Amino acid sequence: MVLLKELVEADGVSGHEDAVRGLLIKAIEGRVDEYRVDALGNLIAVKYARGERGRAPQKVMVAAHMDEVGLMVTRVDRDGYCHFRPVGGIDPRVILAKAVRIGDEKVPGVIAVKPIHLMSQADRERVLEFDQLTIDLGLGGDEAGRKVKPGMVAAFATDFEVLDEGGLRTVKGKAFDDRAGCAVLVELLQGEYPFDLYGAFTVQEEVGLRGAQVAGYAVNPDVAFVLEGTVCDDSPKRKDISPTTRLGAGPAITVMDHSVICDRRLVRLLVEAAEAEGIAYQFKQPGIGGTDAGAIHVQREGIPSAVLAVPSRYIHSPVSVLSLNDFDNAVRLMRGALARIPEGVFSQRLQGGLEA
Amino acid sequence: MKELIKALVEAYGPSGSEEQVRAVVTQHIEGRVSDLRTDALGNLIATVRGTGGGKRIMLAAHMDEIGLIASFVDEKGFVRFNPVGGLRVETLVGGRVRFANGLRGVIGAEQKGVNGMPTMEQLFIDVGARSKATCPVQVGDMACMDRDFVDLGERLVAKAMDDRIACAVLVQTLLDLGPTPHDISFVFTVQEEVGLRGAQTSAYGVDAELGVAVDVTMTGDTPEARTMAVALGDGPAIKVKDSGMLAHQGVRRWLVDTAKQAGLPYQLEVLPGGTTDGRAMQTTRAGIPVGVISVPCRYVHTPSEMVDYGDVQNCVKLLVAALSGPIVL
Repeated sequence: MVLLKELVEADGVSGHEDAVRGLLIKAIEGRVDEYRVDALGNLIAVKYARGERGRAPQKVMVAAHMDEVGLMVTRVDRDGYCHFRPVGGIDPRVILAKAVRIGDEKVPGVIAVKPIHLMSQADRERVLEFDQLTIDLGLGGDEAGRKVKPGMVAAFATDFEVLDEGGLRTVKGKAFDDRAGCAVLVELLQGEYPFDLYGAFTVQEEVGLRGAQVAGYAVNPDVAFVLEGTVCDDSPKRKDISPTTRLGAGPAITVMDHSVICDRRLVRLLVEAAEAEGIAYQFKQPGIGGTDAGAIHVQREGIPSAVLAVPSRYIHSPVSVLSLNDFDNAVRLMRGALARIPEGVFSQRLQGGLEA
Repeated sequence: MKELIKALVEAYGPSGSEEQVRAVVTQHIEGRVSDLRTDALGNLIATVRGTGGGKRIMLAAHMDEIGLIASFVDEKGFVRFNPVGGLRVETLVGGRVRFANGLRGVIGAEQKGVNGMPTMEQLFIDVGARSKATCPVQVGDMACMDRDFVDLGERLVAKAMDDRIACAVLVQTLLDLGPTPHDISFVFTVQEEVGLRGAQTSAYGVDAELGVAVDVTMTGDTPEARTMAVALGDGPAIKVKDSGMLAHQGVRRWLVDTAKQAGLPYQLEVLPGGTTDGRAMQTTRAGIPVGVISVPCRYVHTPSEMVDYGDVQNCVKLLVAALSGPIVL
C-alpha cells in the first residue's frame, strides 16, 4: 500500500511519466536482473529464469501503463488563466472546480467555474466544452505567464487516503488507472519463475497504446498479460442489467473489449488459477474500453494476450476508489496464473493449440 | 463447390472463435499443400511451393463473421449482449442465434420505452432458461446468427457469406491451381471484423512480396440502393479504393489484364464505407503492393447475405489465371 500511495501521488500525464518511472525504478532496483528505459520512455525490466540469461526458451511479458489522463496547457491569457486541452479521455463535467498541479514545479491551480448564484437555467443545463474552461492559478497575468508555458501538463491534485480499514478496505486517490497495475507488477517482479519474465511499465496508453506497441515489438514474448485499473460502475441500477465490474468482487478478467479478444487459453488459465486457489474473480462486461493488450497482441506474428484488472470506481476523473482486497487478489491471482503457465500454456503447443 | 460453400457458411465462427471454420478449411485442403500451420492468433496458413522464378504471394480471406457476445445474465435467465464487429440492430429482433456448443436462442426486445427501432442495449437473448441458475450461457460466450444456407440456383443466400464465400474461393483456387512459379500462402485470417487483426500478424509472418485479399463488397443494384457501380452477376469486382485503402495500381492492372485476356467478366469497385484485410497487408513491415478481389454481395452484415454463383466461380477462374503465369507489376 505504501508503494501504491507513492505511485498515485506522483504525476504522470501521458508523455510525462518521469516521476512515476523514477519511483518504479527505485522499487525494482536490485530485485530484477536487468532493466532499461527505451526510446519512448517505457521501463522494461527482466527477471531471468533461475537468475541467468538464456536458461529458459520462453518469455512472458506483463505490462502496466505508467501514464494517467490529464490536461495540457495550450495558452496562458493576459489575465493569467490557463486554457487547455484534455490528454486522454476525460469528461469535462468531472473536472469543474477541481484542484490541479502543473508541470515539474507542480504549480497549483483550480479549474475555474461560475458559482451557482450566477447560473441561468440555460447555464445549468449546458455541459461546458474544454475550450470554455480555464485553470485559475490565482496569479496575475505576468506571473502566470512566467510560471506556466504552453505544452506543460496538469495533473489532478488528489491525495491518497484510506476510506475503510477493514471490510472492503477501500482507498481513494487519482490514477488507479493504471498505477494499481504498476503496483501489482512490482509485486510480481519479486517472484522467481521458470521462464524469463519481462515487466513492461509503458508510456502513453491513454492516448493510443503507443508505448505498449513498441514494447511488445521489442520484447516479442510468447504470451503477454496486461494489468489494469478498470471501469467499475456498481452503483444501484433501475434495471437488472450489467455493471462493468463490481468493487470487492475480485479482479476482473477481460474476454473482449474494443481493442482485443483475449486468448482463450490465457483466460482459462486465469480462471483455473482463481478457482484452484479460492480467489474471487469476475468477468469484465465485454466490449467496454481498450488496453495495452490491443497493441501488444498484434505485434510481429501475433502474441496471445490476456487482461486482468483491479476494479476502480470513477476512473478518468480527479478521484477514484478501489478495494485493496481486489488489489491483493489480483497479485495472488497473477502469481497463481504465472505458476501454472509451464504446464498450462507452454506444454500445449501454442501453434495449433487453440482448439484445446 | 456449393457443398463447400454450405459447409463454410453454416459453420460457427464469430471473431476470435474461428476454430470450426478452420476445421472445415483444413479438411478440404489437407494433403494438397506443402505446409499447413496455425499461428499464435489462429490464422490458418497454407503454403503451395512454386516451380521457381516467381514471387512470394499472400492471399487472404477471413474466417470470422460478425456475432454477439454475452455480457450479462439477469436473474430471470435473459442474456444481454454486445456486438462482435459491425452488427446492425435492425437485423436482430426475432432472429435466432447459435452458440459454440450448438445452443440456440432468440432475440427479444424490451417494450417499455421503445419507440420504433430499439437500441442494442434494449435487446436480449432468450435461450429458454427459467433463471440465472439454470441459464447455460456465461458472460463472454459468443454466438453467431443462426441461418441455413439457401441455394436459389444462380443466387446463394446465407449468413456469413462475408467472408466464407472468399474462403471457398481460396480453397477452390488452391484445388484448381496447376503448376505455378510462385510460392503462394493461402491465409485464412481471424478477427477481420474487429479490426483486421489476424491479417496484420499473418502478413508480418508470411512476409510476402505481393498480396491479394478476397472479400465481399456491397452492390448498388437493389431498389433505391445507395449509388454504387457494382451489381450482382456482373463478375468479380476489382477494387480501386475503399475507405481504408487505395489498391496498388500495378496489382489492379494485373488483375484487369488477366480478366480481359481470359475473357472473364469483371467490374471496378469503389466502396464508400468499409475496408478489408488488404489494408493491414499493405502496411505490413516496409509495405507491399496489395489489391483486392471482391465478390459482389447484397445485404452485407445481415443474416441473409446474397451472392451470385457465377461471380463466385469467375473469382476462382480469375485468381487461377492470375497466379498461373509470371507477374510483372
